Amino acid sequence: MGQTPAAPRAARTVLTSAEIDRALTRIAHEILEANKGPAGLVLMGIPRRGVPLARRLSAVLHRIDPAFDADASVGEVDVTLYRDDLRRGAARTPAPTRLPRTPIDGAVVVLVDDVLFSGRTVRAALDALADLGRPAAVRLAVLVDRGHRELPIRADFVGKNLPTSTAERVQVRLVEVDGPEAGGQDSQDAVRIADAAAETAAASREG
Amino acid sequence: MRHLLDTADLTRPEALSILDTAGEMAAVNDREVKKLPALRGRTVVNLFLEDSTRTRISFEAAAKRLSADVINFSAKGSSVSKGESLKDTVQTLEAIGADAIVMRHWSSGAARQLADSGWVRSAVVNAGDGTHAHPTQALLDAFTLRRHLAAEAGRRPEGTDLAGMHVVIVGDILHSRVARSNVWLLALLGARVTLAAPPTLLPVGVAAWPARVTYSLDEALEDAPDAVMMLRVQGERMGGAFFPSAGEYTRTWGLTPERFARLCARPGGALAEPLVMHPGPMNRGLEICDAAADSPRNTVLEQVANGVSVRMAVLHLVLNQDATAPAPPAPAQEDRP
Repeated sequence: MGQTPAAPRAARTVLTSAEIDRALTRIAHEILEANKGPAGLVLMGIPRRGVPLARRLSAVLHRIDPAFDADASVGEVDVTLYRDDLRRGAARTPAPTRLPRTPIDGAVVVLVDDVLFSGRTVRAALDALADLGRPAAVRLAVLVDRGHRELPIRADFVGKNLPTSTAERVQVRLVEVDGPEAGGQDSQDAVRIADAAAETAAASREG
Repeated sequence: MRHLLDTADLTRPEALSILDTAGEMAAVNDREVKKLPALRGRTVVNLFLEDSTRTRISFEAAAKRLSADVINFSAKGSSVSKGESLKDTVQTLEAIGADAIVMRHWSSGAARQLADSGWVRSAVVNAGDGTHAHPTQALLDAFTLRRHLAAEAGRRPEGTDLAGMHVVIVGDILHSRVARSNVWLLALLGARVTLAAPPTLLPVGVAAWPARVTYSLDEALEDAPDAVMMLRVQGERMGGAFFPSAGEYTRTWGLTPERFARLCARPGGALAEPLVMHPGPMNRGLEICDAAADSPRNTVLEQVANGVSVRMAVLHLVLNQDATAPAPPAPAQEDRP
């Protein structure tokens, strides 16, 4: 990477903090509707930014339906060792995989990630999940779907469909991962879209 | 990190990255499907030119859990016993398709020679060279210590080091590659290291190591150690007489029942219950008594289990990266005999 990841000149905000909250609330309602209630639901966040998104989603689910146990039904599934591009780039330290207390076997597992791009991260996550148990079904929830799929994968729940060109870079900042933003805006989370000319190296890491 | 040759080469971030990766590998070893696809289609050669069972089995298990193909090569009954040179041996193995060579060699510096010579493009992992280095053993010891320290402090071990720990390494420092690798790694990670050994079993130049040296095990035990690492008395490396008799060694340098009782009677600086470590195989009754060998404070089996996780981490980190470093030129034909 090398360049500073801070928003470059051309970055424009496509989702603000409040819009991200509303998108997550809508996704939570859609998950409950599709699942006909909270029974057997488990959320698995994909590090890094899928993890806080899964936590937030589970909190919203619990608010909507208190029968959903927010604590016991959230886990993390790291995909580092299942990636198809391990031999490119620098060596990678895997992030933790944490199983939820609710067993994955027979559950409806919702994978949660920030950006859906090539679909390769989700492919890796499906393989990782298969080694952890046998869910009754696997769904996919993403904050942003930016298109350009390279595999036959689609999301079941999408915060925002974002038409992009491959030359652009989608930046998601979440306060849990990125910390409070310097500059003192009240908007702590944001989804921004930037010209990737200066950051082509960083964009290749996106899934 | 293209090769792993010696812990003295490691930077602190590299060492922590290996330990953190090993932590995730350990989680895989706890689950039902103990297999990862990270090295699918890669070949790891275990080139063991010196007898070893536990290290070779550990590397083999590690490579297999990452889905690599494993070829085991030992000196006995091989072309090496007919006088083939190391260069010809490793070039033959690479022609068969090796991506990584895990090598144990009787000669100090053999792994460095293999990595720097340009003989092969493979990643080289040192599994012990002479009396020089045994980096994966030191890494698994540090991993074991870090887990205990983190558990004591009630935190997760990721990203943490060994600051505040005092480790006493006892016995044959002179012949021990385990001690050498541990001294550098433990000091890098912030632990205080004391070497306790008879003067005849300390190498020349030990004063320059980042460790305190004492000739009295009893004095070292007074200094609130968090772990006592008993080295094996390596009969096979001792041509001459380094101590008068086994009985005298045990009386002065062994972890006897009396010393073990004293160790158990007081807390360490960082751990309430100091640990007894041993790289194995243990010589019961010589450097370690039965009570210490069978105690729940003895981490020998934990060290063995952690060894697989650490070796998985090392194989993943050296093999799964871009070989941006320009590959050494293919060996010229006239180099071949």
